[in-house]
Amino acid sequence: MTSTVGVPAGQSTRTGRRFSLSWLGVVPFFAYVGLFLLLPTGLVVIQAFGTPEGQPTLSNIRALGESYVLTAFWRSIQLSFATAAIGAIFGALLAYLVVSGPADGLLRRTVTAVAGVLAQFGGVTLAFAFMVSVGNQGLVTLLLQDTGISVSGGWLYELSGLIVVYLYFQIPLMVLVFLPALDGVKPQWREATESLGGSTWAYWRHVAAPLLAPPFMGAFLLLFANAFAAYATAAALISQGGIIIPLQIRAAMTSETVLGQENVAKALALGMVIVVAVAMALYSWMQRRSARWLQ
Amino acid sequence: MTESLTRAGVEVRLEGLRREYGAVTALDGLDLTIEPGEFIALLGPSGCGKTTALRLLAGLEDADGGRVVVGGKDVTGLPTNKRDMGMVFQAYSLFPHMTARQNVAFGLRLRKVGEAERNRRAGEMLELVGLSAQADRYAHQMSGGQQQRVALARALAIQPTVLLLDEPLSALDAKVRASLRDEIRRVQLEVGITTLFVTHDQEEALAVADRVGVMNAGRLEQLGAPTEVYGQPATPFVAEFVGLSNRLPATVSGSKADVLGASLPTVAASVSGPGVALVRPEAVDLVAVDSAGSDDPLTGSIVAVSFLGAVTRITVDLGTHGKVLAQMPTSQAAGFSTGDRARLTFRPAPILVVKA
Amino acid sequence: MAAVTTELTKTGDSPRRNGIGLRARSARRTRVIRVLAMLPFGLFFAVPLIALIEFSTRSSDLYGERTLEYWRAIGDNPDLLIALRDSLLLALITSVVALALLVPTMVWVRLRLPKLQRVVEFLCLLPLTIPALVLVVGLGPIYLWIAYFTPAEYDSSPLVLAFAYVVLVMPYMYRALDAGLQAIDVRTLSEAARSLGAGWFTVMVRVILPNVFSAVLNASLLAVALVLGEFTVASLLNYDNLQVAINLQAQASVGVSVALAAAALIFVFILLFALSFVGRRRSTAKGK
Repeated sequence: MTSTVGVPAGQSTRTGRRFSLSWLGVVPFFAYVGLFLLLPTGLVVIQAFGTPEGQPTLSNIRALGESYVLTAFWRSIQLSFATAAIGAIFGALLAYLVVSGPADGLLRRTVTAVAGVLAQFGGVTLAFAFMVSVGNQGLVTLLLQDTGISVSGGWLYELSGLIVVYLYFQIPLMVLVFLPALDGVKPQWREATESLGGSTWAYWRHVAAPLLAPPFMGAFLLLFANAFAAYATAAALISQGGIIIPLQIRAAMTSETVLGQENVAKALALGMVIVVAVAMALYSWMQRRSARWLQ
Repeated sequence: MTESLTRAGVEVRLEGLRREYGAVTALDGLDLTIEPGEFIALLGPSGCGKTTALRLLAGLEDADGGRVVVGGKDVTGLPTNKRDMGMVFQAYSLFPHMTARQNVAFGLRLRKVGEAERNRRAGEMLELVGLSAQADRYAHQMSGGQQQRVALARALAIQPTVLLLDEPLSALDAKVRASLRDEIRRVQLEVGITTLFVTHDQEEALAVADRVGVMNAGRLEQLGAPTEVYGQPATPFVAEFVGLSNRLPATVSGSKADVLGASLPTVAASVSGPGVALVRPEAVDLVAVDSAGSDDPLTGSIVAVSFLGAVTRITVDLGTHGKVLAQMPTSQAAGFSTGDRARLTFRPAPILVVKA
Repeated sequence: MAAVTTELTKTGDSPRRNGIGLRARSARRTRVIRVLAMLPFGLFFAVPLIALIEFSTRSSDLYGERTLEYWRAIGDNPDLLIALRDSLLLALITSVVALALLVPTMVWVRLRLPKLQRVVEFLCLLPLTIPALVLVVGLGPIYLWIAYFTPAEYDSSPLVLAFAYVVLVMPYMYRALDAGLQAIDVRTLSEAARSLGAGWFTVMVRVILPNVFSAVLNASLLAVALVLGEFTVASLLNYDNLQVAINLQAQASVGVSVALAAAALIFVFILLFALSFVGRRRSTAKGK
């Protein structure tokens, strides 16, 4: 700002006022976000350490050490890890099939559009879709029973069922996240490796794999967080009990019978947000790292 | 220079190479022999087949017909990684997760050369291209010109039989392009390697190559020394594509052409009888004339003078015969300005006359 | 950067070069393998959807008659219709409020407070890291106050969910709007308009908005899709929206529930496909 050089003193107050007026423009946004995003998050953190009457206490946090909570946490981790690992592998494979396909882009546009829809697909409808396909009265179950194979749909309402159902949105999410990384792999690298005497195996081992490892790991972490935080699908599929942490939170929130337990939900939520935040932070760190290589 | 870098060049022969993409014929029976240690530039517009020729030589694509012979050995069916050819790409070909040194050493690593030895040789190659100080940088920490030098060092580190350059300068800005172009030529002469260079930039091709091949529609139109291709274009396409040309009515009889009353020698490929002479702007000189009412078809008025630095380009309007461009050193152009009358004279270089 | 890449692809002679560096030769060979490998994926993703439609159009199990009875029953169920109406209203309110909050803020920050851009982006994307479930836990007390201040006749109206939904859709809307704003030069456009005598309101409504119209449409469609599928917040705060009603109805008649779920899903699919079309049209227009 060269104009500030040598201006009368009165001028600067005007700049000062204009400066504060510019700030007025963002007040509604910050007020809204403060009230409906930061305040509730803050309440979770604070009330996790307090009694319903507002006295500080560690009893909510101590409740996290109870065996039923630890079991639920362990199951949540198993579920998230399994769906993230399987989802990442199959999603990466599907993304590779799309990228290596015809260059006209029809396949790619279709798969991206479908994956965009399915990655957001969850909750009641997804639970229903699986109940009516592999549940006790499901289409696949009945078809298999017709051919004499005896199957039941009970597994759908256990951890194994959740894993299969979660893959329905985890694989598409992986496709969406991993496609840009695969696009960043330049055909010149393959050709350069070949001209330097490298085989296909050498290319994958020395070039493609090291380059794709960070985005793959990042995507895995994103999928992990996504599964850990998912609630609606599990809630619609399993209406009672708390086999995983999100369902434990539901149980704690809706249990009006046990007095003094209200804030246990907050402690559980705090535990969840910590796990998810750590995974997401690592994810964005990995993303930034690989962005340098694969633009 | 170190002994290990020099190596006698080998002869490369492309015999009747054909390549089709669906209905498009990219390469229509290309014959080309590159002498040992020779630097040949393939020049042409995009889609002319020059890149296809290079990729077939590299083995990155399969020929639909014809043979590739390197050092007397038929390598047509050999995959790229068995061909032993160093290649420099348009851009972005450095492995982004490796330093410059690791990039250069990569080919040696694939050849199971020990770490100490390959680092020593990579260091030598980086010195050759003047990048010793940048050995530990990653691609994203280097400029486009530096990246291409590393790519050159990487291609040469494996002591390839042939060096292939696929428009290595096209992604760089003008200044870097000129200096790297000369750098590539210097290194090539130093190493003595047979080289094929593909470009759409005529200036690049003419400046560095021993011989220039001009390609069009999958065929080689002319192959010759840069001065030959520029001064005596063999076909209308070459005359049009390489440099600027004036088109003037002419009549050919024997080995002489009559161009608006001036008699000029012609090149062998010219038509006989009436046609159009293609004359380079720098083969046109101007003489100032006073009177306005001359009937001489070679006299006209100057309509534009454009100063291009060392040279100046002057446009003369000949009336019914159109406009003619003359190019001369700026010192000689000082006397002319817009509105002046001037008469054209031609330097006695052979010209090409084509069908009207 | 983009200019360089187009230039490179243009000068490359061979018409097909794949992203991962697969060569034309092996690409031909692997075409069959690729189709075979994609089949299981197609099956996994298609079967549940087919089953959904199948189940909602059969009177009894596998060999029952084809019927549209369940689909018709949706219209006879006042609870479902009210929930459907409320969810559509919620989608509308959420889109409008979120746009009114985000568009002026994002433009203003670009023009006058560029230092705040990172903060705004961080806050907008924060809901991706804070799960809806955690938000609900913390929103509990806040919704108690909201209920306290709500006039009695609107008591238990699910429309108050819009407060929370705006936060939930923020990351997705932010990205869509950011892409739109990035494609135009907001600063130059507004400076040009201001130099011609336009006030800030005119700049926003007559200059910026028309230029980011497709991004706004994009963001709104995303918001609508998300709100129509929302279950977590509504069910845990005990409000009846579409998804909660569908879930409850399942106890009375699974068939009707599945039919409505399928209907809502088809609607959202159409919406999101339209969205991917909007996005593509914008990018091709930009390319030309």
